[in-house]
Amino acid sequence: MEKDMSYEAVMGRNFEIMRKAVGMDYSRFESKGIGFDYEKMMEETGYTLEEIKRIQAETGVGNTPIYELRNLTKLARNFAPKGKGARIFLKDEAVNPSGSFKDRRAATSCYHAKRLGYKGVIAATSGNYGSAVASQAAMRGLKCIVVQECYDSKGVGQPEIIEKARKCEAHGAEVVQLTVGPELFYTFLVLLEETGYFNASLYTPFAIAGVETLGYEIAMQFREREGRDPDVVIVTNAGGGNLTGTARGLIKAGAKETKVIGASVNLTGLHMASDIQFNKKSFTTGHTGFGIPFTTWPDRSDVPRSAARPLRYMDRYVTVNQGSVFYMTEALAQLEGLERGPAGNTSLAAAFKIAQELDEDQIIVVQETEYTGAGKHLNAQLTFAKENGIDIIIGDPREEIPGKNIILPKDPGYISVEEVDLNRTRRSYIRNCIKHYNVDKVSEEDLSFLCQDTKSHEVFVKSVLDELGIKY
Amino acid sequence: MDARKGDWVRIHDAVLEAGKRAPSVPEDTQRVPLEMWVKGFLLDEGANIGDRVKIETYIGRIVEGVLVEVNPYYKHDFGKCVPELLYIGKQVRSLLDEDGE
Repeated sequence: MEKDMSYEAVMGRNFEIMRKAVGMDYSRFESKGIGFDYEKMMEETGYTLEEIKRIQAETGVGNTPIYELRNLTKLARNFAPKGKGARIFLKDEAVNPSGSFKDRRAATSCYHAKRLGYKGVIAATSGNYGSAVASQAAMRGLKCIVVQECYDSKGVGQPEIIEKARKCEAHGAEVVQLTVGPELFYTFLVLLEETGYFNASLYTPFAIAGVETLGYEIAMQFREREGRDPDVVIVTNAGGGNLTGTARGLIKAGAKETKVIGASVNLTGLHMASDIQFNKKSFTTGHTGFGIPFTTWPDRSDVPRSAARPLRYMDRYVTVNQGSVFYMTEALAQLEGLERGPAGNTSLAAAFKIAQELDEDQIIVVQETEYTGAGKHLNAQLTFAKENGIDIIIGDPREEIPGKNIILPKDPGYISVEEVDLNRTRRSYIRNCIKHYNVDKVSEEDLSFLCQDTKSHEVFVKSVLDELGIKY
Repeated sequence: MDARKGDWVRIHDAVLEAGKRAPSVPEDTQRVPLEMWVKGFLLDEGANIGDRVKIETYIGRIVEGVLVEVNPYYKHDFGKCVPELLYIGKQVRSLLDEDGE
């Protein structure tokens, strides 16, 4: 009998397809209610930090250099109160084989897929992760399919995503390009079922464990060159894996005092699944359109339980406007001689402002960069913005309206960050848990899970449950 | 004949028709189909643009769709000159100069 390939039927087979495609049974970590055993899931990936370092070293991933951005630090101090203006450092992840930190995630996923005997890997991604998986798959002798959300209904594609497609094909991958819509997941499931390949999801324990080396390296590198841990590590936040893995790596290195700050480009008001708004964005990642929903509901990902749980590790979350990121991208090229892709510089723009709040002897680390290239370049992205009716203005970035204009700061003093209220974010996460699991009472175990998963305490979680009328 | 067997081509197909989209997608997206493009080697003996064909992708998967391009290539680039960006380098350099560098 032929399999029913209708949308509903395929989505209905989601769990069965995923079990085969990830080679792990998530139900082992589930408890009865809301929570699950996150640490057990992370431990049972079967790889220690040492093993991951070895796996990544095999394919040339990691051990990326640190730059002290002396000129940008000096520039920030021009706008800081006396005695303020922390030293800004940058970890140059762009020198990984495919040009971004995503190689760390892809390295462990592809190693794992190969070890389990899969013939190929599939990743659903429009970003750098696709090229990372394609590159690592090439090194490990695996076939690779990358599924992208790339075009609007007029067939106009985001130049940044088209560039990623080119890069995937350069490594011998097949690229399936789709128009806008979350039903990409349907195509993804069909492909997994058809090929029997491994789901090289961004959100498996192996993928996140792959990023732990990034945080660990930062701690080790700073102990060696500065004799201490950094005060702040700032991470561009989208799906949450970069932040989660980096924070876990810092903790594993014992850098427990280091604060972890997330930063996203503010795209408030643009609907991510809207055909019309798709090409009104000038960033395809690192933005609030992923950052906020994945923080308030991480289990929306392509695996039953996401190993990327940013709220567990975030000390602070800020947003920056698109224009400020483009400004800092240009400043990085002009003052530090480093030409790097715009999206990865989101955390740099935030660091420039946050450094001004910190003391001069403090250290703030921007923990990634990404490659730049055709399509993935500020000129390409701003040209595309203009073609899509976006006004490019030099002025006050606080007046930027995503989808209408991009405001480049008049001078660096206009670069600012906007705080995301973390307690509000935590409240949304708890509300989503209650809604998703449809419970009217929370067990002792779940209460403790919610505290951990929101990096908060019992008093806070109980106050939210009271608000929602949920017993505990 | 636009393409012969073995030519590297690009095909297009609709995955979900308009009106059959997931209930969660916004209205503007509901009104349009979910479309797909894939590249591969043409398996048919010969075909013209617009014909329904079969291809073998680079990794060996067989896919069907409408032929849209022969020897497809990338047209993305570094964009046009964006005059609005030209002040930035001069500005940041002069701010550092004022600092007594």
